[in-house]
Amino acid sequence: MDALNALVVFANFVLIPATAYGAQLALGALGVTLIYGILRFSNFAHGDTMAFGTAVAILATWALQAAGIGLGPLPTALLALPVGILGAMALVLLTDRGVYRFYRAQRVKPVIFVIVSMGVMFVYNGLTRFVIGVDDQRFADGERFVISVREFREATGLAEGLALRTTQLLTVVVAIIAVALLFWFLNRTRTGKSMRAFSDNEDLALLSGINPERVVLVTWLIVAALAATAGVLYGLDKGFKPFVYFQLLLPIFAAAIVGGLGNPLGAIAGGFVIAFAEVTITYPLKRVLGYLLPESLEPDGLVQLLTTDYKFAVSFGILLVVLLFRPTGLFKGKAV
Amino acid sequence: MKRLLTATAAAALMAGPALADGEIKIGIILGFTGPIESLTPHMADSAELAMAEVNEAGGLLDGHMVEPVRADSTCVDSAAATAAAERLITSDGVTTIMGADCSGVTGAILANVAVANGVMMISPSATSPGLSTAEDNGLFFRTAPSDARQGQILTDVLMDRGFGEVAVTYTNNDYGKGLADSFQAAFEAAGGAVTISAAHEEAKADYSAEVGALAAAGGEALVVAGYADGGGLGVIRSSLDTGAFDTFLLPDGMFGQSLIDAIGDELSASFGVVPGTDSPGGATFVEMGAEAGFDPTSSFTGESYDAAALIMLAMEAAGSTAGTDVAAEVMAIANAPGEQIFPGELGKALEIIRGGGDVDYVGATAVELIGPGESGGSYREYDIEDGSTATASFR
Repeated sequence: MDALNALVVFANFVLIPATAYGAQLALGALGVTLIYGILRFSNFAHGDTMAFGTAVAILATWALQAAGIGLGPLPTALLALPVGILGAMALVLLTDRGVYRFYRAQRVKPVIFVIVSMGVMFVYNGLTRFVIGVDDQRFADGERFVISVREFREATGLAEGLALRTTQLLTVVVAIIAVALLFWFLNRTRTGKSMRAFSDNEDLALLSGINPERVVLVTWLIVAALAATAGVLYGLDKGFKPFVYFQLLLPIFAAAIVGGLGNPLGAIAGGFVIAFAEVTITYPLKRVLGYLLPESLEPDGLVQLLTTDYKFAVSFGILLVVLLFRPTGLFKGKAV
Repeated sequence: MKRLLTATAAAALMAGPALADGEIKIGIILGFTGPIESLTPHMADSAELAMAEVNEAGGLLDGHMVEPVRADSTCVDSAAATAAAERLITSDGVTTIMGADCSGVTGAILANVAVANGVMMISPSATSPGLSTAEDNGLFFRTAPSDARQGQILTDVLMDRGFGEVAVTYTNNDYGKGLADSFQAAFEAAGGAVTISAAHEEAKADYSAEVGALAAAGGEALVVAGYADGGGLGVIRSSLDTGAFDTFLLPDGMFGQSLIDAIGDELSASFGVVPGTDSPGGATFVEMGAEAGFDPTSSFTGESYDAAALIMLAMEAAGSTAGTDVAAEVMAIANAPGEQIFPGELGKALEIIRGGGDVDYVGATAVELIGPGESGGSYREYDIEDGSTATASFR
């Protein structure tokens, strides 16, 4: 019984939250890594692309809710997600037309692209605030919990409770579907293969007759879809606020770099590494050990490896170690 | 041409701030972007309401109109806030500032810009105890009380309600740390126990780690010294979802309808304190604010109105717009003796001052400046009931 209680505490405070957070980071990091692999720059506007796509999806959610259309226990935002994706696609394509294509034609250095993307980031930043405002927006509806703490306690008779939110489960499921679709596309379709060829060796790909503008177009479309999906899932799980999406950029980049920039598999692994590192290393084991150890050995202190103040130091520590010893990331990506 | 330009530039410098073009500019530096961006518009509107009132009554210092100039403190970025303040002083020529909002940026502006330029500041919302002893050359005031005072009030509330063991989480800045420390000291002195005092960062992606630590330490309630729009909301949401805590004590930064709307019924066991008063000025201000079209019950709106009003009344009393002159008059305006002045009576106050009389500015928040020029503070203790706040008592 005690062992079960310990497991439940650990799952409730570490496993479940970290898995959901990891899936959100992984989706975000996939977008960053694709841009890096194919357009060859670090897209700082990614967090705000997510925010904009989510803002559009929220507006569509409200419209659906007003029209009385819903999904029952599932959040209405799932129905609105395609609208959000289209919104994000329109935004990035317009940006590519108006901004990035100009610099691509000049064949400027990647570092200039990075700075340009920062400018784009600030514009998106303002645009999102302009569309939906600066406030918190909550748009999650339907059942909040698959199982709540109280239900779990009553059902199992354990002293500890465990909560699984609908949005957490949904995040993981949708992330798996999105990743499966992406890998199928990259590995099985002609366009996907041409994207990988373009990423591996641009000159060779051009020589073999791949149309670069088409590759770029498809990349932006995929990235916009990933960004809007990640943004909506994150917003459903934790609430939407433009400012937070901007902040999300940091762990997303950490995830993409740890996994290996340009490597989609690495982005997913990186997302989970960063999420689990943040949550696990700072988790005090007091209650878990309290159940596992005999009473005489029960700890008085918190048994915490690092206080939560160092949460971000953990991810940056990992980032530093990876960059020092494996500059290409855990999975073989491009050196930064 | 060149000489003309030089002459104009010199003339502009000689003419000194503000009065040259007939308008008195007063800076409003608040975090219009950043963690408290949903509170600041109401605060700025409150300050501008006071300025509009003075303009309607015929302006200051022989009919000069008052013009507010807004700037963004960002709440968290001291460098950006300093630059914004410098812009106000050098290009807009302000000599007095209503602001800043968050304690960290307020301290930065004070030390880097205000003291160096002899500009006076009245902050409506910086509550860090550290600012009481900041080097300010007498130029800094605040219409909000120091958190050292709030720590004591929070302790009283918990003790009266029978809580003996609580966990504390605070936003990792001057405000949060200052409040958490002063609360912990007061609570332990009163015989309570703090199981853990852990920081959380603002606007981060995920608070599972923080909540995990807080839950492991345990306690009967969680004191959340954060922001209603920022990390505080995330910590509460996550605590409720994981069943870590169900009772929260909400200090002033956590006061806001947005929090109650966002969390819903699950917050109904919680309670909080927010600067507030049962003085008649508060009610008058709420009416005026509602009429002007902003939310006068949002945090620090009354304090913002009072800060702007104090600046203008002190200017009239000083007969000058220079920061140091104005600063010298603030304490006399804010405190007894004199005729009590409530919101909506700024015109009357100006007349009394012009006639050489004394005023005791009471305003929306029963302003009484103590010590180094900060509000003594009165607090409203509230319960959360049916999706809104219900006053339990005034302390």
